[in-house]
Amino acid sequence: MNNPIEKLDKAFNNKIRLGIMSALAVNEFLDFKALKNLLEVTDGNLASHTSALEKLEYIQISKSFIGKKPNTKYVITSKGKKAFSNHLEGLEEIIKATSN
Amino acid sequence: MEKEKYIQDLADIKDMMEKSSRFISLSGLSGVLAGTFALIGAYLAWGVLYKFDSYFTRTFVTYVPKTVLYQLILIGAGVLILSLAAGMFFTQRMAKKQGRQIWDDTTKRLLLHLFIPLVTGGLFLGILLFKGLIAIVSPGTLIFYGLALINASKYTIRDIQYLGISEIILGLVATYFIGYGLFFWAFGFGVLHIIYGIVMYFKYEKGQ
Repeated sequence: MNNPIEKLDKAFNNKIRLGIMSALAVNEFLDFKALKNLLEVTDGNLASHTSALEKLEYIQISKSFIGKKPNTKYVITSKGKKAFSNHLEGLEEIIKATSN
Repeated sequence: MEKEKYIQDLADIKDMMEKSSRFISLSGLSGVLAGTFALIGAYLAWGVLYKFDSYFTRTFVTYVPKTVLYQLILIGAGVLILSLAAGMFFTQRMAKKQGRQIWDDTTKRLLLHLFIPLVTGGLFLGILLFKGLIAIVSPGTLIFYGLALINASKYTIRDIQYLGISEIILGLVATYFIGYGLFFWAFGFGVLHIIYGIVMYFKYEKGQ
């Protein structure tokens, strides 16, 4: 039988990364300010986690300018969606299994 | 125990999904107060239209003189402004309690989806009113309001959709029993708001 723990992605072991993926899973995109407010983290903290997720190709980061102000947008990739939904399934299976 | 962590993770995920895509600072108390203002407004309208005379046995109003119309508009505006003020007050209070910002993308998205059917209805019914088709206006407000709520429910607390459905049904019934607009208006904007407001308050806010 498949061990559901294997479905869990190590990348999402961190609460902030889990939060980033959760938020991006249900929004077309989110900008830096929105994500920062949602997660209540510092600029640097957010940047390091999003950078890590980008390296895994789970999210896409696009930087542009609105007038003179820099604007950073985050979008979940299809690879990221899959990884996240697998992780969700894994969590649900574990909880179900240990409830029996 | 490991299982607790996984359960917490799942709860955190669902929480973040809601927080990021829905406006969650909606307080049931806004509804209760808005409903109360609506009932007071309906009472005043009863006086203005029917001089507090017996409502159901008297033949319904088919012609409304301009002075009466202006008074009704004034009452309506008063109810609206007071309800919005109450709404803003309780929303602000709730957002502070949740540690959320009042004005962010979720707020803008909610208002956009709420206002499209609402403004459409307002303009449509305004034109009808102007053309003299008065009796349909009150049922119409219930229907458009219900549609607006159902549309908005995707971007805020889900339960709003049930209020929306109730308002639409009420509006259709009111259309059938045309002429008793004031009664149905009082029920839809008054009683239903108070009931749903209380339910929402006890469901989400009491004991937090």
